Parts: sequence; structure tokens; C-alpha cells
Amino acid sequence: MTDSSPPQSDGAVAGQPLGPLTADAGAPDDPLAQAVSAAAGRGSSRLIAILRRSVTFAITFLGLLLATFVIGRVIPIDPVLAVVGDHASPETYAAAHAAMGLGKPLHHQFWIYLSGLAAGDLGTSVATARPVIEDIARYFPATLELATVAILIGIGFGIPAGVWAAVRRGRLADHVIRVISLLGYSAPTFWLGMIGLLVFYATLGLVAGPGRIDIMFEGLVPATTGVMLIDSLLAREWEVFADALAHLVLPASVLGLFSMAYIARMTRSFMIEQLGQEYVLAARAKGISPGRVVWRHALGNAAVPLITVIALTYGSLLEGSVLTETVFAWPGLGRYLTTSLLNADMNAVLGATIVVGAVFMALNLLSDILYTAIDPRTR
Amino acid sequence: MTALDTSPGSRLAARSARIFLAGQQLILNPIGLVGLLIVAALVLVALLAPMLAPHAPDAQNLDLRLIAPGGDHPLGTDQLGRDILSRILHGARITLGIVALVVVIAAPIGLVVGCVAGYHGGWVDVVMMRITDVFLAFPRLILALALVAAMGPGITNAVIAIAVTAWPVYARIARAETLTVRGTDYVSAARLQGASSWRLIRRQIMPACTNSLIVRVTLDMAGIILTAAGLGFLGLGAQPPSPEWGAMIAQGREYLFDQWWIATVPGVAILVVSLGFNLLGDGLRDVLDPRA
Repeated sequence: MTDSSPPQSDGAVAGQPLGPLTADAGAPDDPLAQAVSAAAGRGSSRLIAILRRSVTFAITFLGLLLATFVIGRVIPIDPVLAVVGDHASPETYAAAHAAMGLGKPLHHQFWIYLSGLAAGDLGTSVATARPVIEDIARYFPATLELATVAILIGIGFGIPAGVWAAVRRGRLADHVIRVISLLGYSAPTFWLGMIGLLVFYATLGLVAGPGRIDIMFEGLVPATTGVMLIDSLLAREWEVFADALAHLVLPASVLGLFSMAYIARMTRSFMIEQLGQEYVLAARAKGISPGRVVWRHALGNAAVPLITVIALTYGSLLEGSVLTETVFAWPGLGRYLTTSLLNADMNAVLGATIVVGAVFMALNLLSDILYTAIDPRTR
Repeated sequence: MTALDTSPGSRLAARSARIFLAGQQLILNPIGLVGLLIVAALVLVALLAPMLAPHAPDAQNLDLRLIAPGGDHPLGTDQLGRDILSRILHGARITLGIVALVVVIAAPIGLVVGCVAGYHGGWVDVVMMRITDVFLAFPRLILALALVAAMGPGITNAVIAIAVTAWPVYARIARAETLTVRGTDYVSAARLQGASSWRLIRRQIMPACTNSLIVRVTLDMAGIILTAAGLGFLGLGAQPPSPEWGAMIAQGREYLFDQWWIATVPGVAILVVSLGFNLLGDGLRDVLDPRA
């Protein structure tokens, strides 16, 4: 999270409309940013901007690791008891205590924790007895697949809806889209998923039920990428592809509704701003067709801040997937996180938290860099 | 004050007039009005739940389990024969309580952090905002989940976890507002009169931040409700037999395909209330924060 997109990314997560997006490059009021750019001297300003964001990213990431460390070590639950159980003998307890390095000073423990992380060691899951990093590698593609299809649905419906609402501002279409968007943020996704299963699976039989694939297709396709749709295409197993799609469409639509609501709303406000500009008037005066003015000229300019919105929404879908995956028994990172929670498997919980947090932050960084790279005004 | 002079005679009069005018605008705004009505209904239901509810929320009657909506049980009964309408009405108290507690904890923290960081600038600002950014970098629900996992499930810990994830946004907003008023003449005037930093922050700067903070907090309440319901659904928030709406949905999950109403009804309640806060926040933004 960097300064150029302050509270917005967080709001997207909570499932609600956000304030205006102030994705101005630079963030001149940030003293750290000023310090970094001063230290870098007068080089390429774009390079400095990217460098500045990377430094901020590194500091924030370190903070994230410190936070998970604190949650895991300092907070009431005794980590030793979590490993050895309530009935362990004092000797076992002492041995585990020593093995976990808990007798050492906290800053030293933090250093050990960081070194472990740097080597890709997130600890071992108590429940699956596998290294957490392997579990995450196994579950992550399913979440990625779900979130990616959801964001495509969100973009595919959200941008046209937002453009239409802006063009028909204050008219019926605008109000209808506004109400649908508000419903999209206000509905609890886990409940929406259950209602979706009730209506489209149990009653109408239009889609497949919970899970990622039917048991009869399980393991039929080699997990080349871990993404079921791509794997089945690579293996030319059309039936598997169709089945995977039938399982995916409902959870992805439920997740996509939220991103659609947010993207539509932000598109509308960016488009209203662009449509009020003089270049739009000039283009219309030249006799360019209304469609071209809206879709090419105005949307072209609105696209720059929209990239930030889409990146932030994508990050928030990783989080939204926690509840959706639980409802749909989707074998992804979100369900791994919740099952680990219920098993009090702290290594797994914190490992998944770090991974989701890191992806979330990386998307923020990426959107900032893309923003700087795409918008010619920031050059 | 002559009869024609409409300028306020005292600070209280000015403030009352401003609140009155804002209220008037809010009521004239259809979106805000609907939101206000929903939120007012929620407050009324929460206050009057024992009087409105036809049955006790925890009264089990196994002869009357899984009854479809209608008759003596307008919204049906659950697997223990408890009246769902009564549970929903009592659940409004829990939902409103969670929202109120989170806001009471998180909003002042965010306001103080943001104003102090923005006013002082320099390294105070860097350190405070870096801490804020770390919290913002966490996806909210995930941080709340990790905290509840560490502290143990329960409604108190859920409130603390949600509050921990809520304040950074307020701090960011308060800081941004502080930066816009920090250099204004009226703040300089107060400083030249010898006001201390803390007095300046409290009397000159914080009031300037309240409008956008109120808008943000109202919009956030919808998110708080959804997060609390999500935690309840996962079994990490309010614990059964509490009639918390998220927990009720979780209990209705195994009956979803045959007794749809058990899980559907609490979800509708969450949807309506969260929509109410979103509408109210939207309306308030039009009234209080016209720049947005």
C-alpha cells in the first residue's frame, strides 16, 4: 500500500463504495517519499517514482511480517501447547520450547523468523503435517482461477454498466445501475453463494454443485498449472473443461457481482468527469460519432485510473474468496485458511495471511507502477 | 440582533442551524432518506426487541421444529423449534451493538492518529503513517481472522479484531483533511494567540475532519456488519445459541435445500441493514462532503 491510493484499497475489501480515487502519482506530502527522492538526486523522475514505491513496499512488507510475528508469538495462546497438546509432560514441553527458540529474546526470535521466511520456510502445518509453503502452493491456483474469472466478469459487466450510467446520468438506467451496485456491496457474499446454490443448483439444476470438479473427473487431468480450466484444455479433455466451468460459474459470479458493483461505480464517476471536459465537446463539435466519443475518447482517458481500481478489486477478491470458498467447498487458499483457523493451526493461518497480504500489496505496487507507466502526464 | 439579521447569535445556535440544514437536505435526498429510515428502524427494533418479538429468542420447542413460514411463526422455525422472527429481532441488538462498539473504539483512534501525524509532519508523520500502512496492507477480513484465531473466537474478540482493522482508514482520512487545513489562516491565528499544539488539534483541526469522517464511518458500518456476520458464519464471532445473523446462517446451512428459510431470512436482514448504512452514507456524502 503506498501513499497514492490511501484508504481506497481497504474500503474495497470491506465491500462498500469508496471515496473518490485520488491516484495521483507522486504523493508530494509524504516525507519519506521526499527523503527517498532527495537521496536519489535528479535522475529519471519515473525511475525515482518506482524506486520510491518499492522502498515503501519493502518497509510495509516488513511491517506485515512483524505483525504476523506478533500475532503468532505474543498473543495469549501458548505456541508450545498448540504443538505438543495439553497433556504433554514437562520434559516434552521444555524440549519443544527450546526447539522453537522461545527462550531467546524477542528481537532474536523475529530475526530467526525472518531468516526462515527468506528461505521459504513458513513452518509446518499441524493439521496436514506438510510444510505450509507446499500446502499454499497446492491451494493457491484454485483461488487464482476463481478470482481471475470473477474479475473478468466484474470488468465485462462493470465497465459497460458504468459507462452507460454516466451517459444516462440522472435517468432511469443510472438509478437502476446504482441500486444494483449498492445491492452488490451490501449482500453478504457467503449468503449470496448459498442462495445461488439453492436457486441455480438445487432448484433449476443449471450449474454444478459445490466443489471444483466432479469426483468422476478427479485426477483425470495432470495438474500442469493447477488451474483447472487451462489444464483441461491443455490435455484436450473437453468434458473435464465443461464440468470445471459448470462448477466455476456460480462462485465466480457471486464474487464477480461485488467487483462489478465497485467497478461500475468507479467507471461512472470517472466517465462523468471525462464527459464534462472540453476535449469531449471539441470531439463532438468535429462531428465524431457519439459512440466513438464515449467509448474511445472519454473511456480511453478514464481507463488510466480504472487500472488502479481493477488492481485493488482483484486484490480484494482474494480476500472475498475466503467466505465464498467455504460455502462452495472450493479447495483454495481461503478454505485452507478457514479450516486451519478452526484447527487452531497457527503456522498455516499466518502463512496464508502473509501470502494473501503479500499478493495484495504486490497488486497495489503493480497498479502504481502501471499507472505511472501508462499515464503520459506523469512522465 | 435585529429581526432581519439571520446570522447566528451564538455558537450553539450556529451549530444547531447547521445540523438542521444538513438534516433537511438529507431528508430531501431520496437515497439518504431510505437509508435513514432503515437505520432508524434497526435502532427501534434493537431497542424494542423484547416487546416486538412474539416468542423468546431461545425458546426451543422440538414439536414445532423446521416449520415453514406462516401462521404463528411468520418466518418459520429452525431446527430447534425456535421462532426465526423473534431471533432476527433480537439479533438486531447484537448487530447494532457490534457496529457501535467498533466505531466507538476505532473512530477516535483513527482521528487522533491522523490529526497528530498530519499536524506535526516530519518523522512523527512518517512513523505513524507507516504503521497505518502496514494495517492497510492487510486485507481486512484476513487480519480479523488471524487476530480472532490468535485470541480465540467470541464476540468480544471479534469486535476488537474488527476495530483493529477499521481505524487505519479513518487515520488516513483525518490526515488528509488535516493537511488541507493545517496552513489555513484561522489555524495560524489560533497558534499566534498562543494555543498549544494539542489544543490546536482538538479545537481547530479535529472539527474540520469530522464531516468526511462521519461519511466514511457510516459507509464503513455496512462493511463492519458484513465482516461481523462473516466471522459469525465461520463460527469465530458470536457463538450459538446467540441469535447473531451470521451464526444463524451457518446453522441453517445444512437445511438449505429443504428448509430454505432458516438461512435465507437472516441473510435478508443483513442485506437490508447493510444496504441501509450504504444508502445513508451515500446520502450523507452528498450533503456533508460535496467535493466527493
